Amino acid sequence: MAAVTETIEAVQAVNDGGYKWGFETDIEMDFAPKGLNEDIVRFISAKKKEPSWLLDWRLKAYRHWLTMEVPHWAAVTHPPIDFQDAYYYAAPKQGPKSLDEVDPELLKTYAKLGIPLKEQAILAGVEGAGDSPSDSGRMPIAVDAVFDSVSVATSYKERLAKDGIIFCAISEAVQTHPELIKQYLGSVVPQGDNYYAALNSAVFTDGSFVYIPKGVRCPMELSTYFRINAKSTGQFERTLIIADEGSTVSYLEGCTAPMRDENQLHAAVVELVALDDASIKYSTVQNWYPGDAEGKGGIYNFVTKRAACRGKRSKVSWTQVETGSAITWKYPSCLLIGDDSVGEFYSVAITNNRQQADTGTKMFHIGARTRSTIVSKGISAGRGQNTYRGLVKISPKATGARNFTQCDSLLIGDQCGAHTVPYIENRCMTAKVEHEATTSRIAEDQLFYCRSRGLSQEDAVGMIVNGFCREVLKELPMEFAVEAQKLLQISLEGSVG
Amino acid sequence: MLKIENLHASIDGKSILNGLTLEIPAGEIHAVMGPNGSGKSTLSYVLAGREGYEVTEGSVTFGDIDLLAMEPEERAVAGVFLAFQAPVELPGVGNANFLRTALNAVRRAKGEAEIDAIQFLKLARARMKVLNMPDDMLKRPVNVGFSGGEKKRNEMLQMALLSPKLALLDETDSGLDIDALKLVSDTVNSLRGPDFSALVITHYQRLLNHIVPDRVHVLSAGRIIKSGGPELAQELEASGYGAIQAAAA
Repeated sequence: MAAVTETIEAVQAVNDGGYKWGFETDIEMDFAPKGLNEDIVRFISAKKKEPSWLLDWRLKAYRHWLTMEVPHWAAVTHPPIDFQDAYYYAAPKQGPKSLDEVDPELLKTYAKLGIPLKEQAILAGVEGAGDSPSDSGRMPIAVDAVFDSVSVATSYKERLAKDGIIFCAISEAVQTHPELIKQYLGSVVPQGDNYYAALNSAVFTDGSFVYIPKGVRCPMELSTYFRINAKSTGQFERTLIIADEGSTVSYLEGCTAPMRDENQLHAAVVELVALDDASIKYSTVQNWYPGDAEGKGGIYNFVTKRAACRGKRSKVSWTQVETGSAITWKYPSCLLIGDDSVGEFYSVAITNNRQQADTGTKMFHIGARTRSTIVSKGISAGRGQNTYRGLVKISPKATGARNFTQCDSLLIGDQCGAHTVPYIENRCMTAKVEHEATTSRIAEDQLFYCRSRGLSQEDAVGMIVNGFCREVLKELPMEFAVEAQKLLQISLEGSVG
Repeated sequence: MLKIENLHASIDGKSILNGLTLEIPAGEIHAVMGPNGSGKSTLSYVLAGREGYEVTEGSVTFGDIDLLAMEPEERAVAGVFLAFQAPVELPGVGNANFLRTALNAVRRAKGEAEIDAIQFLKLARARMKVLNMPDDMLKRPVNVGFSGGEKKRNEMLQMALLSPKLALLDETDSGLDIDALKLVSDTVNSLRGPDFSALVITHYQRLLNHIVPDRVHVLSAGRIIKSGGPELAQELEASGYGAIQAAAA
């Protein structure tokens, strides 16, 4: 069976409503003691057998974090987070040293997550599974799976290595490519950048590392599935992607978590570096548990994502579909440093029930003739609150810079909110900045038109919302686009009528 | 096929239909004509199940089922099709995707297999040729940026593909040039048969030169005040609604 079909079926299988990724996997876990202090930081670093410079780096971040305050400028509300009441390290006891040792429970988890079977086989280390091209003729997807704090397996590694591509857990890269880590870690998001980035720098446990060498076009999509499983754990992954001169890569991340009454913290940091003529496409389908209809439980998704377009004519494109999490606080940004570099941000954010999202982007135009495009689609339903917050900053040297921003909000029902907070700072006379914004409702006549053609109310809403998001969804790789469309519909179930 | 008895309906507490009775046997096409504000569009919306229209009295049976008890989508898959006076725009929703989803909803209800994208394209393109619609109208978002004539032809394409048992044409002729009017009429006429009925709502007799109705009804103040054969449409065209309203009063 073609992997595409498998993915579609896996998605369809979850189409009968509710959050279907809420299962919990019963695996023996190795926890660090609850709470956060310097010893925990040392414990994590020791577990990862890290060099002393990295421990010092973490401790510096931790000490800085202690001096910082929780940010309060976002349009979200939540009770104070007790950072001492969480585990900062949780790992499956059966270590992933060899793929043969992967716990069967984990494999079941992948199946439930809808990771294509072929990749599952590779993750399980089935012999030869990664050698032959995919039987469907489809481009294979290399997958890195991060389970709670640990990257458990990475597929297609050897095949990628033939092109000199490094795709592995960041903890592994610390051991095998310390020079790259030392050069780039924290170079885009410094340790003290913001409260959650500082926390992440102190306690990050794993994540993916990608390096694409000069002139290499990565032959397959790279993908990471993040999963928070254990109770009372935070997930602090760190992703670092470096695209060397003239290289190209497309990277996808997907995330889910079990349903729990408590709120769990996810504070990730993603750093992207694009050198001359390099291009990175980073796509996210975020489906963390959103909490129940009354707002109980759910993930706090406080994430710092930033790309440095350091090279001339480099390009970074962020695409995100945010359907999950109780609270989303996330601003994937681009530092457009190289002349003629390009930044793009395509976003769909849905808030239903009691979900809150404060998300957007920052585009810093530093080099000459830098260009950026921002397309944001916010959908609010139930009592959801959805804020677009964005900054377009154009420095005096960014002559001929261009920005185009489009922010559209769609309201479903009369108890939700949509807010748009665009900041524009232009210090260059020759730059051109455009901003368009709309707010609309799903019109009664649109629903009636669809229903009078035989579509159910929910299918009609799904179709109208997917149409509203089309400009963003078409930026996603094909398999993710199918998944995302289904997710949008599931997320809005019960929001009308 | 369709039996409307003593139908009373109001919107926002305002009574629009006041005891409308009308029966369309299977295989027949009936025209409802009437001046502005007589309740023509309300009639089509009540039959299609639009929210906001409250039926206060009367009944509507379709075949042997109670039409008023059904949701709009249930009516649609049971074979009721409303061609909109002002077809609605669905930004970002591809016309082909929309049409195929609708067609498959109807096919599922009939117990037929769903059709895939390739089969659908064949079917749709053949129909579009007849309607003189360019292929790219399938790729464009539903009705977005369509001219008035294109929107109406798109309605006819939907009707032809869904092949309903009962078509409600709500002033489909408004704003059409002669050529488009002919295409609309040809589509309706091509569906004519023992299992197809239609209710053609119009201001003007013009459309009825092309779609010759079995019966013509005059609607005024929410009731049928006169019924007759096709010649009644000619009579209306000559003397206007006023004469008939005065005679009925």
